[in-house]
Amino acid sequence: MSKPVLRVQDLAVTFSGFTGGIFTRRERQLRAVDGISFDLHPGETLGVVGESGSGKSTLARAILGLVKPGRGRVMWRGEDLTALDEEELRQKRKELQIVFQDPIASLNPRMTAGDIIAEPLWTFYPNMARLQVEERTRGMMKVVGLLPNQINRYPHEFSGGQCQRIGIARSLVLNPKLLVCDEPVSALDVSIQAQIINLLKDLQKKLGLALIFIAHDLSVVRHISDRVMVMYMGQAMEVSEKQRLYKRPLHPYTNALMKSVPIPDPKLAAEARQASWLTGDMPSPYQRPKGCIFHDRCPFRVKRCEADVPALRRMENGDWVACHRAEELDLSIQVAASC
Amino acid sequence: MALLKVKNLEVAFDTPDGEVKAVNGMSFELAEGETLAIVGESGAGKSQMVLAFMGLLAENGRVTGEALFRDRDLLKMKPRELNEIRGKHIAMIFQDPMTSLNPFLTIEKQMAEVVMHHQGLRRDEARAHAVEMLRAVRIPDPEERIKQYPHEYSGGMRQRVMIAIGLLCEPEILIADEPSTALDVTVQAQITELVSELRKQTRMSLILITHDLAAVAEIADRIIVMYAGEAVETGSVDDIFYRPQHPYTRGLLASVPRLDRASDDELQAIPGNPPNLQDLPEGCRFRDRCTEAMDQCVNRPPVWAAEDGRTSRCFLPMEGGKITVEAVEPVAAEEAG
Repeated sequence: MSKPVLRVQDLAVTFSGFTGGIFTRRERQLRAVDGISFDLHPGETLGVVGESGSGKSTLARAILGLVKPGRGRVMWRGEDLTALDEEELRQKRKELQIVFQDPIASLNPRMTAGDIIAEPLWTFYPNMARLQVEERTRGMMKVVGLLPNQINRYPHEFSGGQCQRIGIARSLVLNPKLLVCDEPVSALDVSIQAQIINLLKDLQKKLGLALIFIAHDLSVVRHISDRVMVMYMGQAMEVSEKQRLYKRPLHPYTNALMKSVPIPDPKLAAEARQASWLTGDMPSPYQRPKGCIFHDRCPFRVKRCEADVPALRRMENGDWVACHRAEELDLSIQVAASC
Repeated sequence: MALLKVKNLEVAFDTPDGEVKAVNGMSFELAEGETLAIVGESGAGKSQMVLAFMGLLAENGRVTGEALFRDRDLLKMKPRELNEIRGKHIAMIFQDPMTSLNPFLTIEKQMAEVVMHHQGLRRDEARAHAVEMLRAVRIPDPEERIKQYPHEYSGGMRQRVMIAIGLLCEPEILIADEPSTALDVTVQAQITELVSELRKQTRMSLILITHDLAAVAEIADRIIVMYAGEAVETGSVDDIFYRPQHPYTRGLLASVPRLDRASDDELQAIPGNPPNLQDLPEGCRFRDRCTEAMDQCVNRPPVWAAEDGRTSRCFLPMEGGKITVEAVEPVAAEEAG
């Protein structure tokens, strides 16, 4: 197997804030990302899934150097990004790009589609000839499925799905090697989501990109991921190869996320509802449960889970899981044979 | 008997670029205790239709037609009369639980206000009633949490509060506009479960607006599929999911990513984008995205209807249906319009 382009090692991001009144003020720490490690190979996609507050976006930002990690390393092609100064990091951004969640809010409404897509070129290659920039912009529009004659239109003249295509074109125009997609389809209609996922998948194949695809819904990352990491309160609960994860998740939290996905079939949905059980909200990040951080919502908890923190450990098949009971639990998912 | 009867509702907006027709001749009925889902993509007109008969259209909007609630036309009511209906008889929950609550007021204040106004309760009675409602939507420790501000609640909890506010006056109709779209899937599942439970306990009618068919599979009785301001298909939940007629409905169904099926690599999207309402294609509005488009689709498609209330707006014949509105050639449509 090829060498990984990205090695994230024990990455942690902590935010501090204050609580209490004027006289009772005290500092408290929020561990947004708490010791995440993974490798990513060229052409590979890692899906990152978790609820709001699980730290998935902070992880993405930390990898790109948009927030300063408190601990850990981000090795990009052998170089530690966390040790670079601002200017060196800025230069590296040519290779590392991001697509944001809200396709409309992340585009400047006063710039044309062409200007938005070309802006990274102007930033990094200020001496590039005008014609060349325009040619590259038009080419990029074609690649993402926009019509080059829409180059002078403004974001409000496009639909949500088309705006997300503009965002993707902007992030690809510098020929990056890594693309981080932070919930790129959550704000889109279901009918359009598949277009964007299929587009990203095609582009990845064509361009050999390494991809990190973040979502809150396991059904969305399934078609694009090679491996999936499930996050909860800043920690990885499971990192598994896709086929295995969707057949038999190792962690009860993964299983819970799978069961939350709505099924477009009235009878099956009613049956599934009776079998689903994830209750409550994620605990406050300031009051992390002792032992396993998921134990108070876990239907499979035993005494041990309340006291011992399960380490993320490697299973025989190479998947990773942080659960004491991973071997004994059978969380297999019933899959209809036909499509 | 139908609680709400909407007849030939049209909504148009005056814009600097001319008139935009957002809703085009929508008619439907809502029975007592029934859950009706209105499904379609952004811009299909589903929210505008509801806002129109609730008297909540933007200033440049105009509405024609009829919306009879217990035989009284909501569209002809004075603001004072409509205020009596809204909140008390028909309540509405909006999409974004983050912005629908006033960040400066405690939950208690926001909830008590509603019942004090509509039911003339004293403050302590109103408070007790509000606590009871929070308990009904399963907010843990409601006596304490009612004193808190919205920012102290998570997204899912805020949406529960919105539902509780909607339920305060025990309305006959609850309208929920994308109630779980802004939420995590896990929380969506909880809200769906909550709504279906509440529905069993009360005789309330429900109108659910969504872009995601899967989200209503479990709770809807009947579904209207809207496209570009029109109903393209109407049917019972089983009809829509197991025997979809219109190619658009089939497209919507196929685009839902499913975990209960073996994986196929290519996801099914509906090609293209929802149309620009200012520049609608002639004839069938869906034809440039339709996988089954034929030559005759340049004409306005006929509407098929069956006795059980099922309809489809398409040239493809509907089984057991009769044509109730004939196909129209574009030229004739222009002259008529």
